[in-house]
Amino acid sequence: MNQGDTNAIEAALRLKEAAGDCEVVLVSMGPDDAINSLRKGLAMGADRATLVSDTGAAGSDIVGTTNVLAAVLTHETPDLILFGQQSADSDGAVLWAAVADRLRQPVISQATSLDLSEGKATVKRQTEYGYDVIEAPLPCVIAVSDGINEPRYPSLKGIMGAKKKPQAIVTLESLGVGAEQAGTAGSRTEVKSLNDPPARGDSQLIEGDGEAAARVLAFLNEKKLT
Amino acid sequence: MSGFELTEEQREIVAAVRDFVDRDVVPHASDFEHADEFPTQMVETMRDMGLFGTTIPEEYGGLGLGLDTYAMIIMELSRGWVTLSGILNGSFIAAWMIRLHGTDEQRQKFLPQLASCEIRAAFSMTEPHAGSDVQSILMTAERDGDEYVLNGQKMWVTNGWRSGLIMLLAKTDPTTDPPHKGMTGFIVEKEPETNPDGLTIPMPGLKKLGYKGVESTELVFDDFRTPASSILGGEAGIGNGFQYFMSGIEAGRVNVAARGAGLAEAALNDSLQYAQEREAFGKPIGHHQAVQLMLAKMATRAEAARLLTLQAAQKKQAGGRADLEAGMAKYFATEAAQENSTDALRIHGGYGYSLEYRPERYYRDAPLLMIGEGSNEIQQLIIARRLLERHKV
Repeated sequence: MNQGDTNAIEAALRLKEAAGDCEVVLVSMGPDDAINSLRKGLAMGADRATLVSDTGAAGSDIVGTTNVLAAVLTHETPDLILFGQQSADSDGAVLWAAVADRLRQPVISQATSLDLSEGKATVKRQTEYGYDVIEAPLPCVIAVSDGINEPRYPSLKGIMGAKKKPQAIVTLESLGVGAEQAGTAGSRTEVKSLNDPPARGDSQLIEGDGEAAARVLAFLNEKKLT
Repeated sequence: MSGFELTEEQREIVAAVRDFVDRDVVPHASDFEHADEFPTQMVETMRDMGLFGTTIPEEYGGLGLGLDTYAMIIMELSRGWVTLSGILNGSFIAAWMIRLHGTDEQRQKFLPQLASCEIRAAFSMTEPHAGSDVQSILMTAERDGDEYVLNGQKMWVTNGWRSGLIMLLAKTDPTTDPPHKGMTGFIVEKEPETNPDGLTIPMPGLKKLGYKGVESTELVFDDFRTPASSILGGEAGIGNGFQYFMSGIEAGRVNVAARGAGLAEAALNDSLQYAQEREAFGKPIGHHQAVQLMLAKMATRAEAARLLTLQAAQKKQAGGRADLEAGMAKYFATEAAQENSTDALRIHGGYGYSLEYRPERYYRDAPLLMIGEGSNEIQQLIIARRLLERHKV
């Protein structure tokens, strides 16, 4: 599970603890063993989990993944959808926007605080110079920043109880997602190749040998950067 | 590693504790240790995770997990900081003894409090002149109506100040021969962080080479009164204290073995990393045979310590006599901790001697493990005597 996802789960659990009468549901797409990752969220305190596991979903790009997650979320009809800041593998931070667009719901990103009241979400969004305070009517999609909270550790009791919580593994067909909407067939991008970035030919390493500062200054003068 | 495959539940529990140790303990432990500061926040997290109730039965609010799972948790905590396992151990050993030897009333009263960490506990047997030679303790408990009057001095009591109850061994009959037949265990209740009437706990406690952050105290009893109902096991427990405490300390030895295994692993992990980062003579020092030999020995010791500890935990958990296995595990794992700490210091060179790196802390923490909960010399005697009994000709 991505570290960012645990921030989203923590935010959801705190909302539930404050509101009482609600449910925290974990949703993901992946192979069958991804349920083990979801179980960590259940151990933290989430109520149930739904995993879309289907060979037809393998190879989905952002478009295919969005189609699948939007289908699950349409089925669940949550009041609030929380995402982590970004994925841990490719550092992608687009999925929450794509899902919100597909669901035609408002979206707020980089949330460093989150309050719900009177049918709307009030979010402080971190910016370069401070915070924006943004409101959005529910339901909406919010991607929380990694600064919004310190995720709790699952308790031993939570770990032992997680297995007993509802964990559904569903297929594309059960969600009404056609074969052309997921997997490679439902994707709009194709990865041709992956390469390291080109080396910088003119880079030089200046080490702290006592002359370093003078050499850095000479370099900056040469580039007319002083 | 047949027989020590972790269950899925154990893997998830260990992973959760490891996550806590990596995120909240390892980056801060040396700062707390150097300042000799009690790690309040870390202990609160341990409480919230439910670690204090690990081995306490579910009917008393615990989790009912086995001693092997507990040993795995202790290894992880000790990998971060041995002191944390010491803070946990007082409550563990008290709960162990109360569960096995306490009355129903004592179990109902204390086990839920220990499981939730509402109170923490201390284990007190040692006296200024009596460590391994437990039978020479002098503390007396004299009956006076419905109470016992305690007089004497205890020493090296971990959690002595902050605990809410003390498992205490005293002589209710100083005339018996052998002396242990006149010994009785007490569950002494007290208000944490106070000096109640008849009990003085000199603070800030004893100054130590390592094992800092948790207090190790003296307890000076001067006509301290405790109700007769505080006898471990009730009236039936009179004269059985020595046996109960030996049983408790046997479980405690598994705990100390786990601390040693965790510390041995920490020293290994730090060394493996440093050996690949530090270069000498044009290559990482880990590519030099002299360092490789140390790494190989360290890894072997750490793994053997882990396996011996888990074996002892399973044997003890099964309920049979486990002094041989617990003794072997405690002896080997704590020596491994000391040897790995020394090798880590060598591999880190000058930085190993510096307070900026962790090996100096390992090097100061390890000796306690060789001395505490029955010295390693005593462990060797136990091992040899048990072997001679088993293989009598």
